[in-house]
Amino acid sequence: MSSDVREPSVSTTARDGARTLPLPTPRGPVSEALLALLVLAPVDAPQSARDTFDEAVRSAPAVVDPDVLLTQDHDVQLALFCLYELHYRGIEDVSDDWEWDPSLLAARAVIERAFEAELRSRVEMPELPAPDRASVAEALFTLTSQDSGPGLSHFVAKKATEEQLRDLLVHRSVYQLKEADPHTWAIPRLGGAPKGALVEIQTDEYGGGDPALMHAALFAQTMRGMGLDDSYGAYVDHVDAATLASVNLMSFFGLHRRLRGAIVGHLAAFEMTSSIPNRLYGNGFRRTGHDAATTRYFDEHVEADAVHEQIAGRDLAGRLAEDDPALLPDIVFGAAACLAVDGWAAAALLASWERGSLALRSVA
Amino acid sequence: MTWAAGSGAARDLPAGQTSAPLAAVAPLEGDVTVTLCPDGPLLLRGPATLLGPDGQPLPRSRNVVALCRCGGSAIKPLCDGTHKVNGFRSDDT
Repeated sequence: MSSDVREPSVSTTARDGARTLPLPTPRGPVSEALLALLVLAPVDAPQSARDTFDEAVRSAPAVVDPDVLLTQDHDVQLALFCLYELHYRGIEDVSDDWEWDPSLLAARAVIERAFEAELRSRVEMPELPAPDRASVAEALFTLTSQDSGPGLSHFVAKKATEEQLRDLLVHRSVYQLKEADPHTWAIPRLGGAPKGALVEIQTDEYGGGDPALMHAALFAQTMRGMGLDDSYGAYVDHVDAATLASVNLMSFFGLHRRLRGAIVGHLAAFEMTSSIPNRLYGNGFRRTGHDAATTRYFDEHVEADAVHEQIAGRDLAGRLAEDDPALLPDIVFGAAACLAVDGWAAAALLASWERGSLALRSVA
Repeated sequence: MTWAAGSGAARDLPAGQTSAPLAAVAPLEGDVTVTLCPDGPLLLRGPATLLGPDGQPLPRSRNVVALCRCGGSAIKPLCDGTHKVNGFRSDDT
């Protein structure tokens, strides 16, 4: 390489800037009514199409019946995922004008009320610590260390097959190709020390501004190393309800100022349960003969998240609780919800592997 | 960017020079701080250069680094979170 020519370090990131979510395939009456509506321009959409979607939401068993789990409902989780995606990169062939459409926001609020009610009743809350920096950090480290999880990272390190490793990436790609974005919504909602701490973490997540070093770009590199399609949202149609719910949880917390404590707690728990599992994930890919470029994403997270968990525990969550003690219950709730919902997604993935099924089987 | 050590500047030292004066590697823009994390690592912020046993600057790829002080990390001198599972107590809380 000649010294006066700089090659782009990742050639595919250039086209990535304009990527939107491919239009997903409906999974039931709610997502079908939503997607039928979204492909129309808002000004052209007949009231009947809006009513069909609204009625589908308000009559969905997972929305109206507390005994039907919304976190396991493919159809409603996909609809919620699409509604949130309007606020991120957008959906292919869908007008940007839908983002703040009042009828969509009203329907989304109906789903969110049921989602939050289910989470508040199913997520086990630990005792609240005192609202000071040290106590909050200690409580969050204790909570996350007690969470044994379903053992996904240990299985990946020791036993997962090549196909299962690819399956893991397929599921994780729905979030990891927009890694850090849901927590970034909290930045303008915070001030002072907690804001500074969040910016310090997110700067690292976004590679210090280098598009090739963004964690999402490192994940894309891992996907390419495993022969997978690294384009944004490529595998949304292939993942289960529990995976969609884990991503929707972050968007729900991130997009509501009321829940700024919860998105902060979520990030703290996410970071505190990252460095050791990522070492194990990396070991799984090394065990099956994959190179350093493919494992770099995991290696980076071992190092980065050992930093982030310290900042997130004390300077972000702890200082936020000191500044605004009223947010303490939601900080802890956000952390507990992160562990619970991500645990359900990991358990569902392990269970599918035990049954011998893979998300990509139908298209491989 | 505050940090030069990980961004290429440190690797471009003249031949024969094993380490650069700090000011040449990273202009001082503020204090170096070391934060003691209870039962955990030391967080290093600011324009400090980590030198290896051979006097060569270690690559530094982020603004804040966590230095291991439990002795159990697999990526020393950096922290990998092992202190959480090996019972390390810093007694500085």
